[in-house]
Amino acid sequence: MIRMIARRLLIGVFVMWGAASVIFVIVRAAPGNPATVFLGPDASPEQIARLTESLGLNRPLYEQYFSYLGDVVRLDFGQSYRLGRPAMAAVLERLPATVDLTLTATAIAVVAGLILGLVAGSRPGSVVDRVVSAATIALQSFPTFWVGIMLILTFALGLRLLPSAGVGTPAHLVLPAVTLALPFTAIVARLTRSSVTESMREPYVQTARSKGLTERQVLIGHALRNSLIPVVTIVGLQMGALMGGAVIVENVFAWPGLGSLVVDSVANRDYAVVQAVTLLIAGIVMVLNIVADVLYTRLDPRIRTESRS
Amino acid sequence: MTLPASSKSNQAERYAAAPQGNVTQTSHKHETKQNTPSPNATNTFEFRGGGTVLARVPYFVIGLYVLVAVLGPLLIDYDPVHTPLPDRLLAPGEQTTTGGIAWLGTDALGRDILAQIVYGARTSLSIGLATVLVACVVGVTIGIVAGYARGWLDAVLARIIDVLQAFPAILLAIVIAGVFARSVLVVVLALSVTAWISFARVTRGVALSVRERAWVDAARVMGVPVRSILGRHILPFTIGPVVALATLEFALVVLAEAGLSFLGIGLPTTAVSWGQTIANGQQYLETAWWISTLPGIALSLLIINIGILGDQLTARYGHRRRQN
Repeated sequence: MIRMIARRLLIGVFVMWGAASVIFVIVRAAPGNPATVFLGPDASPEQIARLTESLGLNRPLYEQYFSYLGDVVRLDFGQSYRLGRPAMAAVLERLPATVDLTLTATAIAVVAGLILGLVAGSRPGSVVDRVVSAATIALQSFPTFWVGIMLILTFALGLRLLPSAGVGTPAHLVLPAVTLALPFTAIVARLTRSSVTESMREPYVQTARSKGLTERQVLIGHALRNSLIPVVTIVGLQMGALMGGAVIVENVFAWPGLGSLVVDSVANRDYAVVQAVTLLIAGIVMVLNIVADVLYTRLDPRIRTESRS
Repeated sequence: MTLPASSKSNQAERYAAAPQGNVTQTSHKHETKQNTPSPNATNTFEFRGGGTVLARVPYFVIGLYVLVAVLGPLLIDYDPVHTPLPDRLLAPGEQTTTGGIAWLGTDALGRDILAQIVYGARTSLSIGLATVLVACVVGVTIGIVAGYARGWLDAVLARIIDVLQAFPAILLAIVIAGVFARSVLVVVLALSVTAWISFARVTRGVALSVRERAWVDAARVMGVPVRSILGRHILPFTIGPVVALATLEFALVVLAEAGLSFLGIGLPTTAVSWGQTIANGQQYLETAWWISTLPGIALSLLIINIGILGDQLTARYGHRRRQN
């Protein structure tokens, strides 16, 4: 177990190095001198030259690369020219909003997905099953940003039940979290449905039935319980997609998290912040993937012996 | 991406066991997939679940979109820079000052929504097609070589994929498309950077199992050059899964492009895109619901139908994959 975690962490360090390098390449390949961007259009050539010097932009590329890697290890991404303070501090300030959003969305997706999947999977081929199947296909196909706007149109502007954008009260969280949760609800529901129908054919379900348990007990205590293992894994594996979805959803609802920050920073060429956000998100996704992997092995005794890469 | 690695290789195995004649036949079938299927298609195509008529709906809908994308701009004039302000925010069906009827309404600058949907279809489909093409060529080549060669080449591929997947795909696309100058090409490349991965995965799996088969050994022993082995003895077996995957990947790419345009990243401002129209309508939701709503319906309908088609093809060719 410990060896497996250590191995995963080692790969994780490698992946973070790779991710940092990818970002370095993209930002360096971008047109325009960062010093010019930093100082704005009114800067004199001397100012630009001085900043280019102090940012080390005139040094050989490999030297820049290594000093950049050093900065990454120290989590120092330099100053944000737009916000006038260290990029990482600005990013960390936005982190809680994104965590709130993604955690709420995950909770909604898991609960709703399990219920839908259980209902559909317990009666395969029934009307309910077909409706759920059709709904999951639709939910996975709708563009998230459009769904968000439609929810605003219906619940904020039409029914006037919920605020349309911004933060403050828990009510502000409802629409963004639901929007983000919908496609993942569909994924969890599909997975739960197929694993419930599968386990309904397993011998242990037959045993449970024959010892006189009610259908509900069989479903929840045996079929659903065994479906939880793949659900844990899929939730872990979907963390990347969830963070990606959050980037879009935050922009629809003016949610002040990492997603709206990264889009603003990209649009304004605030590379320090872009680097900090993307690497932070990559790090979070990686850690969560490892956690999901470990949980998965803990939960399922059948695969505890075999170590996955 | 999903856990059952074993089932993936099983499916590849099953596929590999199919006689070669079948492969060429099915690949031929798919070239016509965007038009209505030829009458004799029913003989070889059995859809899982549902009647054949219902199962054809996606072909019909997707064909319609292709038709609109190709012919629509010839029939409808649209100039994003031309902004007849007296016609602004007309509801669907109202008359414009020039005497025409805005069937789907107009936006805040008086531009016709129907025309934006038609031109947007062209943008979405061509970017989707170009991206899937690039991703497919790159992914299949890398996947086949890695699966055939195994060893360090394969290990390097696995690590590259690990690194690229550290980022949410859309985030990487936002950063790449955002830092470079706005252009269609940049958007295609930004989306291809992650889209090739699944092609490489699937092809690698097929190549890994096919390389062990007798005719590949025979070719090797006879001294057939590696390039010919890859092209003639392994590549044909990847066609089925790759076509199924390309369909699903196309849907993801079109969604991602719409997302980028919605965020105002990537495409030139003169380009017409569904995502952009939806974004433009967001501030007029209260007065003009149609601006954001209608292009979204067009986009969703397309994605749903491609998804269903992709699921049909996937059920036929194995390799389960339909997430996000």
